[in-house]
Amino acid sequence: MVRSHVLVCSGTGCTSSGSQRILAAFDRELKETGLSDEIKVIKTGCFGLCALGPVVVVYPEGAFYSQVKSEDVPEIVEEHLLKGRIVKRLLYEETVKEDAVQSLDETGFYKKQLRVALKNCGVIDPENINEYIAYDGYMALAKVLTEMTPDDVIRTVTDSGLRGRGGGGFPTGRKWSFAAAQPKGQKYVCCNADEGDPGAFMDRSVLEGDPHVVIEAMAIAGYAIGANQGYVYVRAEYPIAVKRLQIAIDQARENGLLGKDILGTGFDFDLDIRLGAGAFVCGEETALLTSIEGHRGEPRPRPPFPAVSGLFGKPTVLNNVETYANIPQIILQGADWFCRIGTEKSKGTKVFALGGKINNTGLVEVPMGTTLRDIVFEIGGGIPNGKQFKAAQTGGPSGGCIPSEHLDIPVDYDNLISIGSMMGSGGLIVMDEDTCMVDIAKFFLEFTVDESCGKCTPCRIGTKRLHELLEKITDGKATMEDLDKLETLCYHIKENALCGLGQTAPNPVLSTLKYFRDEYVAHIVDKTCPAGVCKALLNIVILPEKCRGCTVCAKACPTGAISGTVKEPHVIDQSKCVKCGVCMEKCRFGAIVKH
Amino acid sequence: MASKRSKIAFAGTQEQEQSLRRLMDRLKEQPGALMPVLQGAQEIYGYLPLEVMEIISVGMDVPLEEIYGVATFYSQFSLNPKGQYRISVCLGTACYVKGAGDVYERLREKLGIAGGECTPDGKFSLDACRCIGACGLAPVMTVNDEVYGRLVADDVEGILAKYGA
Repeated sequence: MVRSHVLVCSGTGCTSSGSQRILAAFDRELKETGLSDEIKVIKTGCFGLCALGPVVVVYPEGAFYSQVKSEDVPEIVEEHLLKGRIVKRLLYEETVKEDAVQSLDETGFYKKQLRVALKNCGVIDPENINEYIAYDGYMALAKVLTEMTPDDVIRTVTDSGLRGRGGGGFPTGRKWSFAAAQPKGQKYVCCNADEGDPGAFMDRSVLEGDPHVVIEAMAIAGYAIGANQGYVYVRAEYPIAVKRLQIAIDQARENGLLGKDILGTGFDFDLDIRLGAGAFVCGEETALLTSIEGHRGEPRPRPPFPAVSGLFGKPTVLNNVETYANIPQIILQGADWFCRIGTEKSKGTKVFALGGKINNTGLVEVPMGTTLRDIVFEIGGGIPNGKQFKAAQTGGPSGGCIPSEHLDIPVDYDNLISIGSMMGSGGLIVMDEDTCMVDIAKFFLEFTVDESCGKCTPCRIGTKRLHELLEKITDGKATMEDLDKLETLCYHIKENALCGLGQTAPNPVLSTLKYFRDEYVAHIVDKTCPAGVCKALLNIVILPEKCRGCTVCAKACPTGAISGTVKEPHVIDQSKCVKCGVCMEKCRFGAIVKH
Repeated sequence: MASKRSKIAFAGTQEQEQSLRRLMDRLKEQPGALMPVLQGAQEIYGYLPLEVMEIISVGMDVPLEEIYGVATFYSQFSLNPKGQYRISVCLGTACYVKGAGDVYERLREKLGIAGGECTPDGKFSLDACRCIGACGLAPVMTVNDEVYGRLVADDVEGILAKYGA
């Protein structure tokens, strides 16, 4: 009889901070104390609060231990599991309340969240199909196969108002109906798990924490459009996700939930994994399909859309992981239930990966329409070190920066576009006063230059020129005329690039220009970087009142830019200084500063 | 993307070639098999030199230039061998705003190589990558499979010292 469950987060974040060592320690300690039969240790997916990892939760008490080290395990076993005394010093401080443990749902991080796509993440053991089934898993597939026609399925998905969570926001039901309308024959269902937006990791967390939900949803899509083969295209950079998905596929086959004659209904459906190989453009649907075919992942013009002519020229439905993760619950709880969550045109919830200058880095799921202020300050816990919020970046390299004046906007697809950003896949990076917005625009352009596939000229050459112009600005060599050129070029690329990657590549520049034009002007006219980031615009100076004239800096300077006599304050010749900072490292009196 | 022919002589073994041939036999009939074959080949040899692409070209009956085109398109494929210790710095957005650029810069300086290169003694290779998904630990770098998080540039020397730099 098991009297306690110990849940150890085994998502990538916690694994990186050592959760596998914790698992081994629990194994060892429980064996030594003879508790192995009474206490069950479970490897789960992500709890979301990655900043406090590694996370261990002990039930039935629901004690949420954060930043656990393997050395802490003997104490948890001895005190909590053996003697029933919760180890308070390891608890997440927000769950500690006088004498009792407060439920996680009451903490600022979880209170405003609503978990639909992440329902099972951090709850079940992703490597055990029985746990998924115990949480109503494969019930939706059974319902679809026994009680619903393909048309019913598509109508339910359409009525739910579900829109693609990969960034485009296209209505999922409509996509399915296009593919279903094609003549019978070979069709495919594909899943986009090539999560390339740097800083977004919700798809990975679903695959790591609840892989069966994707399998079930893809089988449902297969039934709806008349396909019997599916492919999941996953980033090779996600080894844990790939491994767990493969285990899940194997278990589903063994249990007759994939393969021939599923649940005795005569419906056949099988799945294979295809690994990506590190190309951002493969997140674009036509490029992804070309890549599965074994070619360079270059996009092609649409139409024809994949629903008509997709993988190997056959009708194909391609959805993102998070989109699929919503499907089984829409089937089970109905379109009306889903419609009640969210805003008028954006139904349901959205998962965001909070990162950057924010206290609670991690994964959160909120109803559409939650304000950015709630996400950043209530759930995210605000900005560390008492710094000021400057902007939130959404949509990755295709999105834009949202300044503080828009903090109260309800976040949904259409509102974000109206303020010059986009939902994207849900990466939400917070920036504070120390972040230079020109530098960030340059960072994203460097990314797109790197990832441009080279097929069309506006993207291949245009992004390169944009990057050069931005470099000129951060080097302090640009004129106001360059700023006009920059803006004009942005619109040219937007209008003329072939695929989504190119068309959205100028967004980081346009949105920072819109909200932080003064920073661009400061770089160009005043030759200063207000955030103190752009090296070429910083001067290194010696503070005469602190300098003791020890000459160490003058000896260390590689360009001979420092001069002065012994025991007298030294000075830096700015025309010779290369801003390497060696003198700052060598100075023992803190007399050399950048400003 | 590294596209130059490697300067280091190819040293593939018979066993490696046999396992590559077995892999091709197994996958050949599958639609879109080229990518899985290249991924398998890179696992077998550690990288994809021209000699290996030639074997694949004959074995899969695909023109060499097409294979080269695919191999140079994806950043995961490397035409150059990697170091004994593969260092990878995450330059995803979350890491970047927390100072990963400085960490990367310091590594280049200390190792004396550019991104995508390997030190002459074959010990360290350096790459920038885009998001390993450990954004809670930003900024992060990995050395082979070991993850180092919450870094500042000054941590670099100590980490390199662990690997005998």
